[in-house]
Amino acid sequence: MTTLRLHEICGYRAGDKGDISNIALFSDDDEIYQVIVREVTAERVKEHFGAMVKGDVVRYEAANVLALNFVMQGALGGGGPRSLRADTLGKALGGALVRMEIDVPDSLADRRAPRPDVRWAEEILDHLPR
Amino acid sequence: MTIRVAGGQGFYGDTPKSVQGLLDDGVDYLCLEALAELTLAILQKDRQKDEAFGYTRDLPAYLVVALPAVAAGRTKVITNAGGINPTAAARAAVGTARAMGITGLRIATVTGDDLMPRLDAIATDTALAHLESGAPYTEFPGPPLFASAYLGARPIVDALAQGADVVITGRVADAALFLAPLMHEHGWEWDDWDRIAAGTLVGHLLECSGQSAGGNLSREWWNVPHPWDLPYPIAEVEPDGTAIITKPRVSGGRVSFDTVRHQLLYEVHDPAAYASPDVVADFTSATCNDLGGDRVRISDVRGLPATPTYKVLLCHSAGWSGEARVAFSWPEAPEKAKATAAIFAKRVEQAGLAVDEWCVELWGVDALGGPTVPPRDAEPPECVARIAWRCADPQTAGLVAREMVPLSLSAPPAGMTGMGRGAARPTELLSLWPTLVEKALVDPHVAVTVEVT
Repeated sequence: MTTLRLHEICGYRAGDKGDISNIALFSDDDEIYQVIVREVTAERVKEHFGAMVKGDVVRYEAANVLALNFVMQGALGGGGPRSLRADTLGKALGGALVRMEIDVPDSLADRRAPRPDVRWAEEILDHLPR
Repeated sequence: MTIRVAGGQGFYGDTPKSVQGLLDDGVDYLCLEALAELTLAILQKDRQKDEAFGYTRDLPAYLVVALPAVAAGRTKVITNAGGINPTAAARAAVGTARAMGITGLRIATVTGDDLMPRLDAIATDTALAHLESGAPYTEFPGPPLFASAYLGARPIVDALAQGADVVITGRVADAALFLAPLMHEHGWEWDDWDRIAAGTLVGHLLECSGQSAGGNLSREWWNVPHPWDLPYPIAEVEPDGTAIITKPRVSGGRVSFDTVRHQLLYEVHDPAAYASPDVVADFTSATCNDLGGDRVRISDVRGLPATPTYKVLLCHSAGWSGEARVAFSWPEAPEKAKATAAIFAKRVEQAGLAVDEWCVELWGVDALGGPTVPPRDAEPPECVARIAWRCADPQTAGLVAREMVPLSLSAPPAGMTGMGRGAARPTELLSLWPTLVEKALVDPHVAVTVEVT
Protein backbone atom coordinates (compact mmCIF):
# COMPACT_ATOMS: atom_id res chain seq x y z
CA MET A 1 0.00 0.00 0.00
CA THR A 2 1.03 3.57 -0.62
CA THR A 3 -0.65 6.96 -0.28
CA LEU A 4 -1.71 9.15 -3.17
CA ARG A 5 -3.63 12.37 -3.54
CA LEU A 6 -7.06 11.90 -5.15
CA HIS A 7 -6.02 14.53 -7.69
CA GLU A 8 -3.63 12.04 -9.27
CA ILE A 9 -6.41 9.59 -10.12
CA CYS A 10 -9.75 11.46 -10.12
CA GLY A 11 -11.62 14.36 -11.68
CA TYR A 12 -14.12 16.53 -9.83
CA ARG A 13 -16.93 19.08 -10.19
CA ALA A 14 -18.79 20.94 -7.43
CA GLY A 15 -22.29 22.41 -7.61
CA ASP A 16 -24.61 24.31 -5.28
CA LYS A 17 -28.26 24.26 -4.20
CA GLY A 18 -28.99 26.70 -1.40
CA ASP A 19 -26.54 25.96 1.43
CA ILE A 20 -25.84 22.46 0.08
CA SER A 21 -22.74 21.69 -1.96
CA ASN A 22 -22.38 18.50 -3.98
CA ILE A 23 -19.04 17.30 -5.22
CA ALA A 24 -18.81 14.60 -7.85
CA LEU A 25 -15.59 12.61 -7.82
CA PHE A 26 -14.77 10.87 -11.13
CA SER A 27 -12.37 7.92 -11.17
CA ASP A 28 -10.14 7.45 -14.19
CA ASP A 29 -10.95 3.71 -14.49
CA ASP A 30 -12.67 0.69 -12.87
CA GLU A 31 -9.76 -0.23 -10.63
CA ILE A 32 -9.61 3.28 -9.21
CA TYR A 33 -13.39 3.29 -8.77
CA GLN A 34 -13.17 0.23 -6.49
CA VAL A 35 -10.46 1.98 -4.47
CA ILE A 36 -12.38 5.24 -3.97
CA VAL A 37 -15.57 3.35 -3.06
CA ARG A 38 -13.53 1.71 -0.29
CA GLU A 39 -11.44 4.70 0.82
CA VAL A 40 -13.41 7.90 0.27
CA THR A 41 -16.24 7.48 2.75
CA ALA A 42 -18.71 10.18 3.76
CA GLU A 43 -17.07 10.24 7.20
CA ARG A 44 -13.63 10.91 5.71
CA VAL A 45 -14.98 13.71 3.55
CA LYS A 46 -16.74 15.30 6.54
CA GLU A 47 -13.49 15.15 8.50
CA HIS A 48 -11.48 16.49 5.53
CA PHE A 49 -13.56 19.67 5.30
CA GLY A 50 -13.62 20.30 9.06
CA ALA A 51 -15.33 23.56 10.03
CA MET A 52 -16.00 24.44 6.37
CA VAL A 53 -18.93 21.99 6.29
CA LYS A 54 -21.31 22.42 9.20
CA GLY A 55 -23.86 19.68 8.41
CA ASP A 56 -23.96 16.04 7.40
CA VAL A 57 -22.20 14.54 4.41
CA VAL A 58 -24.01 11.81 2.45
CA ARG A 59 -22.35 9.75 -0.29
CA TYR A 60 -24.07 8.38 -3.39
CA GLU A 61 -22.59 5.97 -5.92
CA ALA A 62 -22.95 6.36 -9.69
CA ALA A 63 -21.12 3.28 -10.95
CA ASN A 64 -22.35 3.88 -14.50
CA VAL A 65 -20.05 6.89 -14.76
CA LEU A 66 -17.46 5.56 -12.27
CA ALA A 67 -18.22 8.36 -9.84
CA LEU A 68 -19.09 9.11 -6.25
CA ASN A 69 -21.28 12.06 -5.33
CA PHE A 70 -20.91 13.77 -1.95
CA VAL A 71 -23.80 15.92 -0.75
CA MET A 72 -22.70 18.27 2.02
CA GLN A 73 -25.23 20.19 4.13
CA GLY A 74 -24.38 23.60 5.53
CA ALA A 75 -21.35 23.85 3.27
CA LEU A 76 -21.68 27.31 1.72
CA GLY A 77 -21.70 29.78 4.58
CA GLY A 78 -25.50 30.04 4.40
CA GLY A 79 -25.92 29.62 0.63
CA GLY A 80 -24.89 31.60 -2.46
CA PRO A 81 -26.71 34.92 -2.01
CA ARG A 82 -26.27 34.83 1.78
CA SER A 83 -22.60 33.80 2.12
CA LEU A 84 -19.80 36.18 3.12
CA ARG A 85 -17.23 33.90 1.45
CA ALA A 86 -15.63 34.96 -1.82
CA ASP A 87 -16.42 31.51 -3.25
CA THR A 88 -20.14 31.87 -2.53
CA LEU A 89 -21.12 28.89 -4.70
CA GLY A 90 -18.35 26.58 -3.52
CA LYS A 91 -16.92 26.15 -7.01
CA ALA A 92 -13.49 25.50 -5.48
CA LEU A 93 -14.63 22.71 -3.16
CA GLY A 94 -14.01 20.05 -5.84
CA GLY A 95 -10.34 20.95 -5.92
CA ALA A 96 -10.30 20.98 -2.14
CA LEU A 97 -11.70 17.43 -2.06
CA VAL A 98 -9.05 15.96 -4.38
CA ARG A 99 -6.35 17.26 -2.05
CA MET A 100 -7.27 14.30 0.18
CA GLU A 101 -4.65 11.55 0.46
CA ILE A 102 -5.84 7.94 0.37
CA ASP A 103 -4.26 4.48 0.60
CA VAL A 104 -3.98 2.81 -2.79
CA PRO A 105 -2.61 -0.62 -3.81
CA ASP A 106 0.94 -0.65 -5.15
CA SER A 107 -0.42 -1.22 -8.66
CA LEU A 108 -1.63 2.39 -8.59
CA ALA A 109 1.39 3.87 -6.85
CA ASP A 110 2.86 5.38 -10.00
CA ARG A 111 -0.34 6.97 -11.28
CA ARG A 112 0.02 10.72 -11.73
CA ALA A 113 -2.26 13.35 -13.23
CA PRO A 114 -0.49 14.84 -16.25
CA ARG A 115 0.88 18.33 -15.76
CA PRO A 116 -0.99 21.07 -17.66
CA ASP A 117 0.53 22.14 -20.95
CA VAL A 118 -0.48 25.75 -21.57
CA ARG A 119 2.03 26.75 -24.23
CA TRP A 120 -0.91 27.90 -26.37
CA ALA A 121 -1.93 30.32 -23.62
CA GLU A 122 1.61 31.61 -23.18
CA GLU A 123 1.82 32.21 -26.92
CA ILE A 124 -1.37 34.31 -26.82
CA LEU A 125 -0.21 36.23 -23.75
CA ASP A 126 3.24 36.87 -25.27
CA HIS A 127 1.61 38.62 -28.22
CA LEU A 128 -0.55 40.98 -26.18
CA PRO A 129 0.45 44.65 -26.33
CA ARG A 130 2.26 45.66 -23.16
CA MET B 1 -37.72 11.06 -36.49
CA THR B 2 -34.73 12.49 -34.68
CA ILE B 3 -35.24 15.78 -32.84
CA ARG B 4 -32.26 18.07 -32.34
CA VAL B 5 -32.41 20.28 -29.25
CA ALA B 6 -29.68 22.69 -28.16
CA GLY B 7 -28.69 24.44 -24.95
CA GLY B 8 -28.00 28.01 -26.06
CA GLN B 9 -27.71 29.67 -22.64
CA GLY B 10 -26.61 28.50 -19.20
CA PHE B 11 -27.31 31.54 -17.02
CA TYR B 12 -28.30 35.22 -17.02
CA GLY B 13 -25.17 36.89 -18.35
CA ASP B 14 -24.07 34.04 -20.63
CA THR B 15 -23.15 34.99 -24.21
CA PRO B 16 -25.33 34.71 -27.35
CA LYS B 17 -22.06 34.23 -29.28
CA SER B 18 -22.43 30.45 -29.43
CA VAL B 19 -26.06 30.50 -30.59
CA GLN B 20 -25.26 31.16 -34.27
CA GLY B 21 -23.08 28.04 -34.36
CA LEU B 22 -25.99 25.96 -33.06
CA LEU B 23 -28.39 27.43 -35.62
CA ASP B 24 -25.91 26.93 -38.46
CA ASP B 25 -25.57 23.27 -37.43
CA GLY B 26 -29.36 22.93 -37.53
CA VAL B 27 -31.45 22.53 -34.39
CA ASP B 28 -35.20 22.04 -34.12
CA TYR B 29 -35.37 23.71 -30.72
CA LEU B 30 -33.09 26.28 -29.15
CA CYS B 31 -33.56 26.25 -25.37
CA LEU B 32 -32.27 29.19 -23.32
CA GLU B 33 -31.90 28.57 -19.57
CA ALA B 34 -31.53 31.89 -17.79
CA LEU B 35 -32.41 31.33 -14.14
CA ALA B 36 -30.02 30.25 -11.40
CA GLU B 37 -31.42 29.98 -7.87
CA LEU B 38 -30.62 33.55 -6.96
CA THR B 39 -31.47 35.12 -10.33
CA LEU B 40 -35.09 35.63 -9.27
CA ALA B 41 -33.87 37.77 -6.37
CA ILE B 42 -32.00 40.02 -8.80
CA LEU B 43 -35.05 40.21 -11.06
CA GLN B 44 -37.33 40.93 -8.10
CA LYS B 45 -35.19 43.99 -7.24
CA ASP B 46 -35.38 45.01 -10.91
CA ARG B 47 -39.16 44.84 -10.94
CA GLN B 48 -39.42 46.80 -7.69
CA LYS B 49 -37.68 49.69 -9.47
CA ASP B 50 -39.71 49.38 -12.69
CA GLU B 51 -42.80 47.24 -13.34
CA ALA B 52 -41.70 46.82 -16.97
CA PHE B 53 -38.74 44.67 -15.85
CA GLY B 54 -38.25 41.50 -13.85
CA TYR B 55 -37.10 39.32 -16.77
CA THR B 56 -33.54 38.59 -17.88
CA ARG B 57 -32.70 41.61 -19.96
CA ASP B 58 -30.34 39.82 -22.32
CA LEU B 59 -33.34 38.02 -23.91
CA PRO B 60 -33.53 40.49 -26.87
CA ALA B 61 -29.79 39.93 -27.57
CA TYR B 62 -30.48 36.19 -27.94
CA LEU B 63 -33.60 36.75 -30.03
CA VAL B 64 -31.75 39.04 -32.44
CA VAL B 65 -29.54 36.05 -33.30
CA ALA B 66 -32.28 33.41 -33.23
CA LEU B 67 -35.40 35.04 -34.72
CA PRO B 68 -34.32 34.94 -38.39
CA ALA B 69 -34.09 31.13 -38.10
CA VAL B 70 -37.42 31.05 -36.24
CA ALA B 71 -39.10 33.20 -38.91
CA ALA B 72 -37.72 30.88 -41.59
CA GLY B 73 -39.37 27.94 -39.82
CA ARG B 74 -36.08 26.23 -39.07
CA THR B 75 -36.20 26.38 -35.27
CA LYS B 76 -38.26 27.33 -32.23
CA VAL B 77 -37.11 29.02 -29.04
CA ILE B 78 -38.03 27.96 -25.49
CA THR B 79 -36.74 30.04 -22.58
CA ASN B 80 -37.37 30.74 -18.90
CA ALA B 81 -36.07 34.29 -19.44
CA GLY B 82 -39.46 35.53 -18.23
CA GLY B 83 -38.09 35.32 -14.70
CA ILE B 84 -40.51 37.03 -12.35
CA ASN B 85 -42.36 38.83 -15.17
CA PRO B 86 -42.91 36.63 -18.27
CA THR B 87 -45.56 38.99 -19.63
CA ALA B 88 -43.05 41.86 -19.80
CA ALA B 89 -40.49 39.52 -21.39
CA ALA B 90 -43.02 38.60 -24.06
CA ARG B 91 -43.61 42.31 -24.78
CA ALA B 92 -39.85 42.74 -25.18
CA ALA B 93 -39.77 39.75 -27.55
CA VAL B 94 -42.61 41.16 -29.63
CA GLY B 95 -40.77 44.50 -29.74
CA THR B 96 -37.56 42.79 -30.86
CA ALA B 97 -39.38 40.92 -33.63
CA ARG B 98 -41.09 44.10 -34.88
CA ALA B 99 -37.82 46.04 -34.85
CA MET B 100 -36.35 43.30 -37.02
CA GLY B 101 -39.31 43.49 -39.38
CA ILE B 102 -40.39 39.96 -38.49
CA THR B 103 -44.16 39.46 -38.39
CA GLY B 104 -46.48 36.53 -37.86
CA LEU B 105 -44.54 34.90 -35.02
CA ARG B 106 -46.58 33.23 -32.30
CA ILE B 107 -45.05 34.11 -28.94
CA ALA B 108 -46.41 32.17 -25.96
CA THR B 109 -46.16 33.11 -22.31
CA VAL B 110 -46.38 30.64 -19.43
CA THR B 111 -47.38 32.08 -16.05
CA GLY B 112 -48.54 30.66 -12.75
CA ASP B 113 -45.18 29.85 -11.16
CA ASP B 114 -45.22 33.08 -9.15
CA LEU B 115 -46.97 32.21 -5.88
CA MET B 116 -46.46 35.62 -4.21
CA PRO B 117 -50.03 36.87 -4.83
CA ARG B 118 -51.48 33.75 -3.18
CA LEU B 119 -48.84 32.95 -0.60
CA ASP B 120 -50.98 33.61 2.48
CA ALA B 121 -53.75 31.36 1.17
CA ILE B 122 -51.25 28.64 0.29
CA ALA B 123 -49.65 28.92 3.71
CA THR B 124 -52.96 27.99 5.36
CA ASP B 125 -53.26 24.87 3.21
CA THR B 126 -49.70 23.63 3.36
CA ALA B 127 -46.82 23.76 5.78
CA LEU B 128 -44.23 25.54 3.59
CA ALA B 129 -41.71 24.03 5.98
CA HIS B 130 -38.04 24.48 5.07
CA LEU B 131 -37.06 21.50 2.94
CA GLU B 132 -33.68 20.96 4.63
CA SER B 133 -34.04 22.16 8.23
CA GLY B 134 -37.75 21.32 8.63
CA ALA B 135 -38.39 24.74 10.19
CA PRO B 136 -42.09 25.69 9.99
CA TYR B 137 -43.19 28.66 7.86
CA THR B 138 -44.18 30.53 11.04
CA GLU B 139 -40.44 30.97 11.60
CA PHE B 140 -39.93 32.55 8.15
CA PRO B 141 -37.82 35.66 8.85
CA GLY B 142 -39.32 38.82 7.39
CA PRO B 143 -41.46 39.34 4.30
CA PRO B 144 -40.80 36.97 1.38
CA LEU B 145 -39.13 38.66 -1.63
CA PHE B 146 -40.26 36.03 -4.09
CA ALA B 147 -42.02 32.67 -4.01
CA SER B 148 -41.76 30.67 -7.21
CA ALA B 149 -42.74 27.11 -8.04
CA TYR B 150 -40.56 25.05 -10.36
CA LEU B 151 -43.16 24.14 -13.00
CA GLY B 152 -42.74 21.16 -15.28
CA ALA B 153 -42.90 20.64 -19.04
CA ARG B 154 -46.72 20.48 -19.42
CA PRO B 155 -47.53 24.18 -19.97
CA ILE B 156 -44.68 24.45 -22.49
CA VAL B 157 -46.06 21.44 -24.35
CA ASP B 158 -49.48 23.13 -24.30
CA ALA B 159 -47.90 26.26 -25.82
CA LEU B 160 -46.20 24.22 -28.55
CA ALA B 161 -49.50 22.46 -29.28
CA GLN B 162 -51.02 25.92 -29.81
CA GLY B 163 -48.42 26.57 -32.49
CA ALA B 164 -46.02 28.72 -30.51
CA ASP B 165 -42.75 29.66 -32.22
CA VAL B 166 -41.27 31.20 -29.07
CA VAL B 167 -42.21 30.08 -25.54
CA ILE B 168 -41.33 32.34 -22.63
CA THR B 169 -41.81 31.05 -19.09
CA GLY B 170 -41.01 32.13 -15.56
CA ARG B 171 -39.54 29.58 -13.19
CA VAL B 172 -39.70 26.09 -14.61
CA ALA B 173 -37.33 23.26 -13.79
CA ASP B 174 -34.31 23.78 -16.03
CA ALA B 175 -34.54 20.36 -17.66
CA ALA B 176 -38.25 20.85 -18.44
CA LEU B 177 -37.33 23.46 -21.08
CA PHE B 178 -35.69 20.64 -23.04
CA LEU B 179 -38.07 17.83 -22.11
CA ALA B 180 -41.09 19.76 -23.39
CA PRO B 181 -40.22 19.73 -27.12
CA LEU B 182 -39.38 16.02 -26.86
CA MET B 183 -42.78 15.26 -25.28
CA HIS B 184 -44.43 17.37 -28.00
CA GLU B 185 -42.57 16.01 -31.01
CA HIS B 186 -42.35 12.36 -29.99
CA GLY B 187 -45.84 12.28 -28.51
CA TRP B 188 -44.63 10.66 -25.28
CA GLU B 189 -47.32 9.95 -22.67
CA TRP B 190 -47.20 11.67 -19.29
CA ASP B 191 -46.87 8.32 -17.51
CA ASP B 192 -44.13 7.00 -19.80
CA TRP B 193 -41.66 7.43 -16.95
CA ASP B 194 -38.61 5.96 -18.66
CA ARG B 195 -38.88 8.28 -21.66
CA ILE B 196 -39.65 11.29 -19.47
CA ALA B 197 -36.59 10.40 -17.42
CA ALA B 198 -34.52 10.13 -20.60
CA GLY B 199 -35.73 13.56 -21.76
CA THR B 200 -35.05 15.01 -18.34
CA LEU B 201 -31.48 13.71 -18.40
CA VAL B 202 -31.04 15.19 -21.89
CA GLY B 203 -32.22 18.52 -20.48
CA HIS B 204 -29.92 18.24 -17.48
CA LEU B 205 -26.98 17.58 -19.80
CA LEU B 206 -27.75 20.63 -21.96
CA GLU B 207 -28.93 23.20 -19.43
CA CYS B 208 -25.48 24.52 -18.44
CA SER B 209 -24.36 25.45 -21.95
CA GLY B 210 -20.56 25.10 -22.20
CA GLN B 211 -20.28 22.75 -19.22
CA SER B 212 -21.07 19.68 -21.37
CA ALA B 213 -18.73 20.73 -24.16
CA GLY B 214 -15.44 21.15 -22.33
CA GLY B 215 -16.13 24.04 -19.97
CA ASN B 216 -15.24 23.57 -16.28
CA LEU B 217 -13.62 20.25 -17.10
CA SER B 218 -11.30 19.02 -14.34
CA ARG B 219 -9.18 16.52 -16.31
CA GLU B 220 -6.86 17.74 -19.08
CA TRP B 221 -8.79 20.97 -19.44
CA TRP B 222 -5.79 22.40 -21.29
CA ASN B 223 -6.36 19.95 -24.18
CA VAL B 224 -9.90 21.16 -25.00
CA PRO B 225 -9.59 22.45 -28.60
CA HIS B 226 -9.99 26.17 -29.23
CA PRO B 227 -11.56 27.04 -25.88
CA TRP B 228 -12.12 30.62 -27.05
CA ASP B 229 -14.66 29.10 -29.51
CA LEU B 230 -16.23 26.80 -26.95
CA PRO B 231 -19.48 25.57 -28.48
CA TYR B 232 -22.73 24.84 -26.68
CA PRO B 233 -24.17 21.33 -26.73
CA ILE B 234 -26.77 19.64 -28.92
CA ALA B 235 -28.78 16.46 -28.28
CA GLU B 236 -30.16 14.27 -31.07
CA VAL B 237 -33.06 12.47 -29.47
CA GLU B 238 -34.84 9.40 -30.91
CA PRO B 239 -38.49 8.50 -30.30
CA ASP B 240 -37.40 5.77 -27.86
CA GLY B 241 -35.52 8.33 -25.72
CA THR B 242 -32.04 7.34 -26.81
CA ALA B 243 -29.92 10.44 -27.31
CA ILE B 244 -26.61 11.48 -28.77
CA ILE B 245 -24.96 14.39 -26.98
CA THR B 246 -22.80 16.31 -29.43
CA LYS B 247 -21.76 19.79 -30.55
CA PRO B 248 -21.71 21.83 -33.74
CA ARG B 249 -19.27 20.31 -36.23
CA VAL B 250 -17.49 23.60 -36.86
CA SER B 251 -16.15 24.88 -33.55
CA GLY B 252 -13.75 24.13 -30.74
CA GLY B 253 -14.66 22.33 -27.56
CA ARG B 254 -15.12 18.65 -26.83
CA VAL B 255 -17.94 16.24 -26.05
CA SER B 256 -16.72 12.99 -24.49
CA PHE B 257 -17.64 10.47 -21.80
CA ASP B 258 -15.69 12.65 -19.37
CA THR B 259 -17.32 15.99 -20.28
CA VAL B 260 -20.78 14.38 -20.19
CA ARG B 261 -20.32 12.66 -16.82
CA HIS B 262 -19.02 15.91 -15.32
CA GLN B 263 -22.39 17.44 -16.15
CA LEU B 264 -24.44 14.33 -15.32
CA LEU B 265 -23.79 14.81 -11.58
CA TYR B 266 -23.64 18.61 -11.56
CA GLU B 267 -25.94 20.02 -8.86
CA VAL B 268 -27.44 16.55 -8.34
CA HIS B 269 -28.06 15.05 -4.90
CA ASP B 270 -29.24 11.42 -5.11
CA PRO B 271 -28.41 10.50 -8.73
CA ALA B 272 -30.74 7.46 -8.52
CA ALA B 273 -33.69 9.71 -7.62
CA TYR B 274 -33.43 13.05 -9.40
CA ALA B 275 -36.81 14.58 -8.58
CA SER B 276 -38.11 16.88 -11.29
CA PRO B 277 -41.72 18.10 -11.56
CA ASP B 278 -42.32 15.56 -14.35
CA VAL B 279 -40.56 12.41 -13.13
CA VAL B 280 -38.16 10.94 -10.60
CA ALA B 281 -35.25 10.07 -12.87
CA ASP B 282 -32.58 7.47 -12.17
CA PHE B 283 -29.41 8.93 -13.68
CA THR B 284 -27.43 5.90 -12.45
CA SER B 285 -29.39 3.72 -14.89
CA ALA B 286 -28.06 5.60 -17.93
CA THR B 287 -25.60 3.91 -20.24
CA CYS B 288 -23.10 6.45 -21.57
CA ASN B 289 -21.14 5.30 -24.63
CA ASP B 290 -18.42 7.51 -26.08
CA LEU B 291 -18.75 6.94 -29.83
CA GLY B 292 -15.79 9.17 -30.65
CA GLY B 293 -15.99 12.24 -32.86
CA ASP B 294 -17.59 14.33 -30.09
CA ARG B 295 -20.61 12.03 -29.84
CA VAL B 296 -21.78 10.35 -26.61
CA ARG B 297 -24.77 8.00 -26.70
CA ILE B 298 -27.12 8.02 -23.70
CA SER B 299 -29.54 5.10 -23.39
CA ASP B 300 -31.46 2.87 -20.95
CA VAL B 301 -32.53 5.70 -18.64
CA ARG B 302 -35.18 4.62 -16.12
CA GLY B 303 -37.75 6.74 -14.33
CA LEU B 304 -40.33 6.49 -11.54
CA PRO B 305 -43.61 8.42 -11.16
CA ALA B 306 -43.37 12.12 -10.40
CA THR B 307 -44.08 13.28 -6.84
CA PRO B 308 -47.36 15.11 -5.99
CA THR B 309 -45.49 18.31 -5.08
CA TYR B 310 -43.59 21.12 -6.77
CA LYS B 311 -40.38 22.47 -5.33
CA VAL B 312 -40.92 26.11 -4.40
CA LEU B 313 -38.21 28.61 -3.62
CA LEU B 314 -38.89 31.47 -1.22
CA CYS B 315 -36.40 34.19 -0.40
CA HIS B 316 -35.93 36.73 2.38
CA SER B 317 -33.49 39.50 3.21
CA ALA B 318 -30.60 38.44 5.45
CA GLY B 319 -28.82 41.73 6.21
CA TRP B 320 -26.13 43.71 4.43
CA SER B 321 -22.52 42.88 3.69
CA GLY B 322 -19.38 44.86 3.00
CA GLU B 323 -15.94 43.74 1.93
CA ALA B 324 -12.36 45.02 1.91
CA ARG B 325 -9.13 43.57 0.53
CA VAL B 326 -5.55 44.32 1.47
CA ALA B 327 -2.48 42.80 -0.19
CA PHE B 328 0.82 42.14 1.57
CA SER B 329 4.13 41.04 0.12
CA TRP B 330 6.93 38.94 1.59
CA PRO B 331 8.26 38.92 4.28
CA GLU B 332 5.73 37.79 6.89
CA ALA B 333 2.81 38.39 4.53
CA PRO B 334 0.19 36.06 6.16
CA GLU B 335 1.02 37.32 9.65
CA LYS B 336 0.68 40.94 8.51
CA ALA B 337 -2.63 40.12 6.84
CA LYS B 338 -3.98 38.46 9.98
CA ALA B 339 -2.81 41.32 12.21
CA THR B 340 -4.40 43.92 9.97
CA ALA B 341 -7.73 42.06 9.97
CA ALA B 342 -7.60 41.93 13.77
CA ILE B 343 -6.74 45.63 14.12
CA PHE B 344 -9.58 46.47 11.73
CA ALA B 345 -12.11 44.39 13.69
CA LYS B 346 -10.96 45.99 16.96
CA ARG B 347 -11.40 49.51 15.53
CA VAL B 348 -14.88 48.62 14.25
CA GLU B 349 -15.78 47.41 17.73
CA GLN B 350 -14.42 50.61 19.31
CA ALA B 351 -16.49 52.66 16.87
CA GLY B 352 -19.58 50.95 18.27
CA LEU B 353 -20.57 49.42 14.95
CA ALA B 354 -22.56 46.20 15.28
CA VAL B 355 -21.26 43.40 13.06
CA ASP B 356 -23.27 40.17 13.21
CA GLU B 357 -20.79 38.03 11.28
CA TRP B 358 -17.19 38.28 10.09
CA CYS B 359 -15.39 36.33 7.38
CA VAL B 360 -11.60 36.64 7.13
CA GLU B 361 -9.92 34.87 4.21
CA LEU B 362 -6.17 34.74 3.53
CA TRP B 363 -5.76 34.58 -0.25
CA GLY B 364 -2.54 32.86 -1.22
CA VAL B 365 -2.73 30.73 1.93
CA ASP B 366 -6.03 28.90 2.40
CA ALA B 367 -8.92 31.17 1.33
CA LEU B 368 -10.47 28.59 -1.00
CA GLY B 369 -9.40 25.35 0.69
CA GLY B 370 -9.80 26.11 4.39
CA PRO B 371 -8.93 23.13 6.59
CA THR B 372 -8.15 20.95 3.54
CA VAL B 373 -4.96 22.93 2.89
CA PRO B 374 -1.93 21.24 4.49
CA PRO B 375 0.47 23.42 6.47
CA ARG B 376 3.32 24.66 4.28
CA ASP B 377 7.00 24.93 5.05
CA ALA B 378 7.93 27.89 2.86
CA GLU B 379 6.53 31.36 3.42
CA PRO B 380 4.19 32.47 0.62
CA PRO B 381 5.57 35.33 -1.51
CA GLU B 382 2.38 37.35 -1.00
CA CYS B 383 -0.99 37.23 0.71
CA VAL B 384 -4.28 39.10 0.35
CA ALA B 385 -6.53 39.56 3.35
CA ARG B 386 -10.15 39.55 2.21
CA ILE B 387 -12.40 40.68 5.03
CA ALA B 388 -16.20 40.55 4.72
CA TRP B 389 -18.81 41.48 7.29
CA ARG B 390 -22.57 41.33 7.79
CA CYS B 391 -24.62 44.07 9.45
CA ALA B 392 -28.33 44.66 9.97
CA ASP B 393 -28.49 47.68 7.65
CA PRO B 394 -26.55 49.21 4.73
CA GLN B 395 -25.53 52.33 6.67
CA THR B 396 -23.66 50.32 9.32
CA ALA B 397 -22.09 48.07 6.67
CA GLY B 398 -20.79 51.20 4.94
CA LEU B 399 -19.43 52.77 8.12
CA VAL B 400 -17.50 49.58 8.89
CA ALA B 401 -15.68 49.93 5.57
CA ARG B 402 -14.59 53.44 6.56
CA GLU B 403 -12.55 52.00 9.46
CA MET B 404 -10.17 50.34 6.96
CA VAL B 405 -9.01 53.62 5.44
CA PRO B 406 -6.75 54.96 8.26
CA LEU B 407 -4.93 51.62 8.44
CA SER B 408 -2.92 52.59 5.35
CA LEU B 409 -0.59 54.52 7.68
CA SER B 410 -1.35 52.78 10.95
CA ALA B 411 -1.01 49.01 10.45
CA PRO B 412 1.76 46.52 9.62
CA PRO B 413 3.94 47.65 6.72
CA ALA B 414 3.68 47.38 2.98
CA GLY B 415 -0.02 46.66 3.08
CA MET B 416 -2.90 48.56 1.50
CA THR B 417 -1.47 47.84 -1.93
CA GLY B 418 -4.73 48.01 -3.77
CA MET B 419 -6.64 44.79 -4.54
CA GLY B 420 -10.02 46.47 -4.47
CA ARG B 421 -8.75 49.83 -3.27
CA GLY B 422 -11.63 51.45 -1.46
CA ALA B 423 -14.40 49.22 -0.28
CA ALA B 424 -17.27 48.12 -2.47
CA ARG B 425 -20.73 49.46 -1.71
CA PRO B 426 -22.75 47.42 0.77
CA THR B 427 -24.65 44.54 -0.79
CA GLU B 428 -27.95 43.09 0.40
CA LEU B 429 -27.70 39.46 1.43
CA LEU B 430 -30.56 37.09 0.64
CA SER B 431 -31.45 33.77 2.13
CA LEU B 432 -33.24 31.02 0.23
CA TRP B 433 -36.05 28.93 1.75
CA PRO B 434 -36.77 25.83 -0.37
CA THR B 435 -40.06 24.07 0.31
CA LEU B 436 -42.69 21.83 -1.31
CA VAL B 437 -46.24 22.73 -2.39
CA GLU B 438 -48.98 20.35 -3.57
CA LYS B 439 -49.31 20.54 -7.36
CA ALA B 440 -53.09 20.80 -7.00
CA LEU B 441 -52.62 24.25 -5.43
CA VAL B 442 -50.49 25.51 -8.31
CA ASP B 443 -51.78 23.91 -11.52
CA PRO B 444 -55.20 25.64 -11.74
CA HIS B 445 -53.38 28.97 -12.00
CA VAL B 446 -50.89 28.01 -14.71
CA ALA B 447 -51.87 29.81 -17.92
CA VAL B 448 -50.61 29.87 -21.49
CA THR B 449 -51.29 32.91 -23.67
CA VAL B 450 -50.21 33.32 -27.28
CA GLU B 451 -49.55 36.64 -28.96
CA VAL B 452 -48.95 37.09 -32.70
CA THR B 453 -46.38 39.66 -33.79
